Amino acid sequence: MRYFPHTSEDIAAMLKVVGADTLNDLFSTIPEDCRRKEGLSLPEAMTEWDLNRHMRELSRDMAVCPDYKIYLGAGSYEHYIPASVSYLLERSEFSTAYTPYQPEISQGTLQAMYEYQTLVTRLLGLDVANASMYDGASALAEAFKMSFNIKRKKKRVAISGLVNPLYRRVVETYFAPTEYRVVALPYCKNGTTDLSAIGEIEELAAVAVQSPNFFGCIEDLQSAAEAAHKKDALFIACFTEPLAYGLLKDPGCQGADIACGEGQSFGIPQSFGGPGLGMFAVKTDYVRKMPGRLVGRTRDVDGKEGFVLTLATREQHIRREKATSNICSNQGLCALTAAMYLAATGGVGIRDLAGLNRDKTEYLKERLGEAGLKVAFEAPTFNEFVVAFPESFAAKHEELIEKKIVAGLPLVSYYPELAHHYLLCVTETKTRDDLDALVAEITS
Amino acid sequence: MKEITELNFPEDIRYSKDHEWGKSIDGKVRMGISDYAQDQLGEIVFVELPEVGDIFQKGEECGTLESVKAVSELYMPVGGAVISVNSQLEDSPDLVNSEPYGSGWIIDVAPSDASEMDELMDRDRYMEELKGIEP
Repeated sequence: MRYFPHTSEDIAAMLKVVGADTLNDLFSTIPEDCRRKEGLSLPEAMTEWDLNRHMRELSRDMAVCPDYKIYLGAGSYEHYIPASVSYLLERSEFSTAYTPYQPEISQGTLQAMYEYQTLVTRLLGLDVANASMYDGASALAEAFKMSFNIKRKKKRVAISGLVNPLYRRVVETYFAPTEYRVVALPYCKNGTTDLSAIGEIEELAAVAVQSPNFFGCIEDLQSAAEAAHKKDALFIACFTEPLAYGLLKDPGCQGADIACGEGQSFGIPQSFGGPGLGMFAVKTDYVRKMPGRLVGRTRDVDGKEGFVLTLATREQHIRREKATSNICSNQGLCALTAAMYLAATGGVGIRDLAGLNRDKTEYLKERLGEAGLKVAFEAPTFNEFVVAFPESFAAKHEELIEKKIVAGLPLVSYYPELAHHYLLCVTETKTRDDLDALVAEITS
Repeated sequence: MKEITELNFPEDIRYSKDHEWGKSIDGKVRMGISDYAQDQLGEIVFVELPEVGDIFQKGEECGTLESVKAVSELYMPVGGAVISVNSQLEDSPDLVNSEPYGSGWIIDVAPSDASEMDELMDRDRYMEELKGIEP
């Protein structure tokens, strides 16, 4: 495909329409210190040898698994990726496919999406899943937008303060310029969301709670759903670690109307934070208000089975400004990865793997407890938990990085009241020796 | 799609420019879409109805009709409060195609201004309007 950049006339014409004098005016909403003032000063081109040496040196600044032992989760998780997934993804039929614009000609792609959707609905316990969205954060923002579309006269939504702080910022960004307001719910001493305020909020269209939440704690989704439904609001179950649902009760059976979140855990490398996979599933009642593409299975005139894009009348290319969402693309390759991962792991495998994550995490919790450290919150956890360290730990944390151990995420920048609290994550990638070594280092 | 002369436009109802019809029955106004509108849309697969108690101005969007190929909005022929909706359409949206003036009715409205009915077109004017649309 040829690429035609905008000409300066094109740019001038577009600026005139939106009412900006210059390109810089157009970008005025981007904070000043994030904008580059002068042009890029690129160094001279390098030879292949020099370039490889240069890249190797750059990579030394980064802590990458498995070279480092990294106990970070907080929205991005280190999981073992089966060789079969990596191999299949490299097949060009898959790796070159984009959301098909002439979809029905690409039966293989559509079937793969259909399988993905089916696996997602089974995991989350809901009726319909879309063909995926950009990432967990935008999926949550779209879930709120969908709630406002369903509860047309309501102008507020409530979000747990224990939803990933970065997701909350994306949600804020979506709604700041609108008439809709996002109310934050505080958290209880035990590390779960305080649902008591829900009853007081007027014009409530939806309530979103993440489980496991940002502190790793498992939320009582059923109570949250009941509190939301009492206010005639939708309940959105959000997640950053879907593997937890290999073990936990799924969101659907606990009353969620929408379940959405990040699917990176399912075979997608962490890759410095992206790309991710926005998983999104709803009850059938709401399917016409759901954003994103949807693949259905049907029969053709000769009775042969086939796959089609369905309910496309919700989408932007048909409904224009009345579409359910601006998103009419999906994360095809990442969704496919997740489908391959789930298929390769299987129902029993997902349960075992989730159990392994939980057990290893409990082991570390116990060992740290024996060493006199305090787990900050009492509520049960999955593969992450918060430790209240003594003040001296900050120096130790730095020191451990030198030893190629990243001992958790300091929470103080997200929760100022939680100084010296660290969020630790343990997945199946850590061995008992790793965990013992971590405890020995921390307590030495 | 059919020729205009093949379509059915009863005498006892009034028509809007947006191809809705309204009929006064005992002080309320029943509304639906015209035979022309259903014929243009094709097979209707879903009707999104407003809620009883919703209040709309004349010309305001009060629901949507989804056909196999498109979605179009439903506009109020007269302003007022929705007093009942045809819930049969939830399971049988095709009634809008087969009986647009009968069991395919969409909502009943308590009109806020009865004179708005007079602003709608009678059969002859509506058919003239349609002839203006058709090439």
